[in-house]
Amino acid sequence: MRPKKPLHPDGRTSWLLVSPLVLVLAFFLVLPILTIAVVSFWNYNEFTFFPDFIFDNYLYLLTSSVTLSTYLKTLKFMVLTWIFCTLIGFTVAYFLAFHVRSLGAQIGLFLLCTIPFWTSNIIRMISWIPFLGRNGIANSALIELGVIDAPLDWLLFSDFAVVLAFVHLYVLFMVVPVFNTMMRIDKSLIEAARDAGAGGFAILTNVIIPLSKPGIMIGSIFIVTLVMGDFITVRFMSGGQSASVGRVISNEIALLQYPAAAANAVVLLATVLLMISVMLRFVDIRKEL
Amino acid sequence: MEPRPRSFYLLAAFFALFVAFLYGPIVTIAILSFQGPQGGLTFPMNGLSLHWFFDLFEKQAVGNIWGAFRRSLALGVMVMAVTVVLSVMGGLAFRRRFLGSGALFYLVIASLIIPSILISLGVGLIFNILDWNVHWATSGFGAQLTWTLPFGLLIMFAVFNRFDKSYEEAARDLGASSWQTVRHVVLPIIAPSLIGVALFGFTLSYDEFARSLLTAGSYNTLPLEIFGMTTNVTSPVLYALGTLTTAFSFLIIASFIALAVVLRRRRARLGSDAGKGMV
Repeated sequence: MRPKKPLHPDGRTSWLLVSPLVLVLAFFLVLPILTIAVVSFWNYNEFTFFPDFIFDNYLYLLTSSVTLSTYLKTLKFMVLTWIFCTLIGFTVAYFLAFHVRSLGAQIGLFLLCTIPFWTSNIIRMISWIPFLGRNGIANSALIELGVIDAPLDWLLFSDFAVVLAFVHLYVLFMVVPVFNTMMRIDKSLIEAARDAGAGGFAILTNVIIPLSKPGIMIGSIFIVTLVMGDFITVRFMSGGQSASVGRVISNEIALLQYPAAAANAVVLLATVLLMISVMLRFVDIRKEL
Repeated sequence: MEPRPRSFYLLAAFFALFVAFLYGPIVTIAILSFQGPQGGLTFPMNGLSLHWFFDLFEKQAVGNIWGAFRRSLALGVMVMAVTVVLSVMGGLAFRRRFLGSGALFYLVIASLIIPSILISLGVGLIFNILDWNVHWATSGFGAQLTWTLPFGLLIMFAVFNRFDKSYEEAARDLGASSWQTVRHVVLPIIAPSLIGVALFGFTLSYDEFARSLLTAGSYNTLPLEIFGMTTNVTSPVLYALGTLTTAFSFLIIASFIALAVVLRRRRARLGSDAGKGMV
């Protein structure tokens, strides 16, 4: 938390220190986004794309019925993923922060949860095949138990598999910020609530959940942007059958229709930024570090 | 100590299930990668062998995965080094407000939340328009930095928020120059956190896919190579590769954590008080 202080006289040192960072972000973040915005007005044919100033890319995008259904589908993935990540992430963080008593055990179990984050997403998606496949573990187990007679076809390469993979990949983005916020909750508040006669459940709903909101909000921001911009999980886990905004963009890129992809990207960025600006109203990121 | 409430056991069971959910799939493919030569992508195990691991070393079986591994390794080290240095510099600068610090902070956040495919597309377009060749060490390198730098900087912000400034002031009062203060007081105090930044820098680069897709050029990095394999390889060789590269990731993570522990122990043994510089 940094209180606002007057500008330091030696701002030059600060600028020297951040100048490489500014250069990297300028060339690899700001310039690419500006380029996408400019190219979205360009024209293209089968072979190449060239400077122009046309609105056709946007016109096509905003009048096509495919656009709306793709966005709805992506939103569906996002909402389902968010619900599961929030429920699971909150429960896990709550257990770690309030039920594990020694700090050493807390750190150890927390690391256990974060290690998969540092491994490959592609491999983690592939690793669902033996579970969900037609002859996979899930189907064999269910047949063995007599729950079903024939293998379920919708386990792998389906919307179910997409959401499952999203939750598997991204639930850590909820666990980490919520755990971080919970660890800062003053334990005397909980004792005060208990002294005032609150039971465990009342403490959870009246003290812990309200105080954990900033963490939940930061986790939600991650999940919204990760799912909205995804193209690879949807493609792989749906077996190429489901559409998402990111997949449409990546298909247009594959067809070298860069201006169309750029227009699509601009609309996606606007959508994501709109959602985030709403969520940011509930949290001050600087306070949470 | 008061007895555990019943909710503890319920939550502990839930946590155990969660860990099984996180690690179960990867353990499964690790087992399946030891399939016999006739084995398939699912259980049952058809014998037990190292066949699919040997397959990885035969050039014709799959693409050039060892070249891809070497490139990913080199790129990971490059990204790690630059992420650590720039994050420390940025962290030091952000300890006080300067002209544009608010805007730069939001730019860093933006770097984290802008969908990866936009970075990939945008950087690819710039190189295309300028008629430069995309290459993993140039465009790929820069595109990955936009993903690792925000993590590194946020860690440094968190570290400096907990930093006890009185140590620094004491150094200055004793006549240390700003460089001496940073070199002999600030850096030793924040050193263990730098291992965390390095871990993020390396692993996020090593596994990065979306931002590398259009920016890596004709020489694939390992995740791109693996994704290419998913479309045309349908044998457990895919699992063998997944098992190897995940084992490699675990090895890296374990050595970084071990390094942090050793550093902390050594500091305590040598009687350094650098560990007390955080509040």
